[in-house]
Amino acid sequence: MFELASIALFIAMILVLVRLFSGPTLYDRVLALNSFGTHTVLFIGVLGFLSGRPDFLDIALLYALINFVGTIAILKFFRYRAIGDVRRETPEAEG
Amino acid sequence: MMDTIVNIVSWILIVSGSFFAIVGAVGTLRFPDFWSRLHAASISDSAGVILLLVGMMLQAGPGLIAVKLLIILAFLFITGPTSTHAVANAAFVSGLRPRQLPSAKTGTNSDIDPDTKPDTKPDTGADPALDSENQPTKGDAS
Repeated sequence: MFELASIALFIAMILVLVRLFSGPTLYDRVLALNSFGTHTVLFIGVLGFLSGRPDFLDIALLYALINFVGTIAILKFFRYRAIGDVRRETPEAEG
Repeated sequence: MMDTIVNIVSWILIVSGSFFAIVGAVGTLRFPDFWSRLHAASISDSAGVILLLVGMMLQAGPGLIAVKLLIILAFLFITGPTSTHAVANAAFVSGLRPRQLPSAKTGTNSDIDPDTKPDTKPDTGADPALDSENQPTKGDAS
């Protein structure tokens, strides 16, 4: 059961990774990166069950946290060209 | 008996969850447009995550592992649609638009036109008396 799930998740990760490297736009790549991270979280959890060490779930939770924050940080960087403080002129000049 | 039922249910959940994960990945790879790829990626973000983690939770039984899986499930259930919405919003703000079909363009035109035409047509076609009443008031107002 867990072997089947791990193989399926591995195939899904490879397919998403192909889209990540061949995405025509930037947002395709960000979307594929986010989806790849979600698949990785599931894959780490399944791998913990498969190897009989459920401590891997802590790593999976940490990976989920980092994945979400990383996606938002990438989007914010490409929107404002800065990760830290955002200058107030940029959204007002565009809007 | 009870263990057999739980095993069968977790089997079904995990197999269908991995099926949805593969379906979402294939859709992410094969769909032609960014917006349809967004739709496909959210399938594996919601259905795959829920089914796989609930199946693993049933397999683990009550305990700390099930609580950890529940925490991961709640977190992914909140952040998956949030990050998908963030990607969609960033793409929309940056000017990426859905590809419009020719039939869709004519549909939007026919949708726009009835908004303007019923305002003009009943005034011109319904009663000349109403028009003659409306026009002097407009002229007086202006």
